[in-house]
Amino acid sequence: MTTQTPRSTARVVDGDTEGIPSFEASGGDWSDIAEEAARLGEERIVVNMGPQHPSTHGVLRLMLEIDGETVTEARAGIGYLHTGIEKNMEFRTWTQGVTFCTRMDYVAPLFQEAAYCLAVEKLLGITDDVPERATVIRVLLMELNRITSHLVCLATGGNELGATTIMTVGFTAREEILKIFELITGLRMNHAFIRPGGVAQDIPPGAIDTIRESLVVVRKFFKQLEDLMMANPILHLRLKGVGYLGLSGCMALGMTGPVLRSAGLPYDVRKANPYCGYETYDFDVPTADTADSWGRLVLRVEECYQSMKIVEQTLDRLQKMGPGPVMVADKKVAWPAQMAIGADGMGNSLDHIREIMGTSMEALIHHFKLVTEGFRVPAGQVFQTVEHPRGELGVHLVSDGGTRPYRAHFRDPSFNNLQATSIMCEGAQVADVVVAVASLDPVLGGVDR
Amino acid sequence: MTDEKAGIRKDAAAAAKPGDTGTVGQTATEAAHEAGGQNLGTQHPVEVVDVRKGMFGVTGSGDTSGYGGMISVIALPGPSARPYGGWFDEVVDVLTEVLDESGTGFTNAIEQVVIDREEITLYVHREHVVEVAQALRDDQDLRFELSLGVSGVHYPHDTGRELHAVYHVVSVTHSRRLRFEVAVPDQDPHIPSTVQVYPANDWHERETYDFFGIVFDGHPALARIEMPDDWPGHPQRKDYPLGGIPVEYKGATVPPPDQRRSYR
Repeated sequence: MTTQTPRSTARVVDGDTEGIPSFEASGGDWSDIAEEAARLGEERIVVNMGPQHPSTHGVLRLMLEIDGETVTEARAGIGYLHTGIEKNMEFRTWTQGVTFCTRMDYVAPLFQEAAYCLAVEKLLGITDDVPERATVIRVLLMELNRITSHLVCLATGGNELGATTIMTVGFTAREEILKIFELITGLRMNHAFIRPGGVAQDIPPGAIDTIRESLVVVRKFFKQLEDLMMANPILHLRLKGVGYLGLSGCMALGMTGPVLRSAGLPYDVRKANPYCGYETYDFDVPTADTADSWGRLVLRVEECYQSMKIVEQTLDRLQKMGPGPVMVADKKVAWPAQMAIGADGMGNSLDHIREIMGTSMEALIHHFKLVTEGFRVPAGQVFQTVEHPRGELGVHLVSDGGTRPYRAHFRDPSFNNLQATSIMCEGAQVADVVVAVASLDPVLGGVDR
Repeated sequence: MTDEKAGIRKDAAAAAKPGDTGTVGQTATEAAHEAGGQNLGTQHPVEVVDVRKGMFGVTGSGDTSGYGGMISVIALPGPSARPYGGWFDEVVDVLTEVLDESGTGFTNAIEQVVIDREEITLYVHREHVVEVAQALRDDQDLRFELSLGVSGVHYPHDTGRELHAVYHVVSVTHSRRLRFEVAVPDQDPHIPSTVQVYPANDWHERETYDFFGIVFDGHPALARIEMPDDWPGHPQRKDYPLGGIPVEYKGATVPPPDQRRSYR
């Protein structure tokens, strides 16, 4: 096989479509287009919804064949946000990989980080050496992230139906949690905070109280959201029975997360194959039996309450255990640089810089070797999954014994779940497509990677 | 473990003098067995997929580090011996029964069983992959009813087995996770499609085709999914460049990531 040079896309000329009457609708008056279609005696209209349509959660392209208002065929076209993150990860060290994979599903970045780090730790064989405190912080961050992710789903889902207030309330509630993320990780998204071997640093002083206070506010917003949504006749009419996908369909299409649970199966990786000590937390896996968009909406709200329940448990544990290490003791793996919050935000800890630059030559060498070369991971492959807000996120890592991943593949739940677009939308009305896709909650950054 | 690894590398390099190609093969195998041992206990067999020289990825002149003659053997965990432990034995037994009953025979369908890091991988001959998938999904004692998709891996130096498709399946019923893997040569990258067994694999197989060029025969619509339809090449292959341009900063030039000196 020779080395290929990538080039940009040229227009595709498809020989099969020659002679078939086609018309491109790019703006203009709908009645003119419909008139022209009628004049040409062609009943079949293909509508390209997206890739820049606001209701497609990013750059999703839906190709709808419509008959009147009825969708007769629906296909999803993806790839508009493909950035080659998996390929890029093969050229960076194992630790740098976190910075890349956090950018995949940008609405739930901490799940990619956690899944990736768990996979690296499994490859290294240090799963049991990760300090308890780091694991609890991971769970805390993941569950907070689950709430923000579901809030985005509920907020944008409402906005797409014209309910702007649901959107503003949802995003304001999310803001509360993003402030916590900023407090702990220094960033609102793309944190790169969870690292192979632990987390980047301990939670700052006072964070536990701040989170407790924020949760009170978040609960208030959830009360508002429920008041707005749960008895809203418009939402009921628009969501009930729309985007139906029963259990057999879910299993065949590999659906996981709220979509699968809305069909009645309480499958949750946190219970089925626990990681990060989830078996020691007290929480329920809510299910619905309606298998429609309404069921998924109610489920997501309920899951947020369950997540808050877990968050409270993690806070209790953190308070009880007191300060301690948040990175494995093995200095061959543990990231040497320490971060600290200064007057101008987060940066390298001055104490650490003073040590490596001023007092210890060995510490400088150690820092330099680990940061530039990284650590080696024994050859082999692992597959690690976590319960992502959208379903089961799988990380397939292959190591060749080197300092960089030989192959990193992310089984993103949005990517898989989008396959259900056709079966959920066909036979329904065009307006229902928006609802059905919103109930899948795809994030295109994760879909395309 | 880094020390151990370095030790093995040194041994291999010392035993095979740089440029002395006659001894490389033999030493490589020995070193490989040693390298495999560090992951999985001493006598575990390994599968050598690559032998590399040097340390920094520098070819030709320029490597004055003294590491240019170092030989590192890239070996993955090889076939495991019974007992596999846990439920692995049970699953393999049931699968053996099902495959023997159908007339295919376990040994004809399954190349090897690898247990590594408490995960089981079945290496399946490609002509039987659909049958194995069907058995895994349908037999009541196996019931791997949920597919988590297909992933590809490219081993350009593993002659005759360059392209691997890795399938991940879950049994919700028994709460088990299993992986089966099919290796095909680059010259004939065909694998029967498993979409008829696991419809979920539709997009995953398209993705693997898109990125690795593995052709899944019988797939309902094997088109590219992430890259544009007319894109030449398959980007996740190891011989496909990452791309990027050198960046100049304060008079110095930083090469793109795939051309930088890197530790192997």
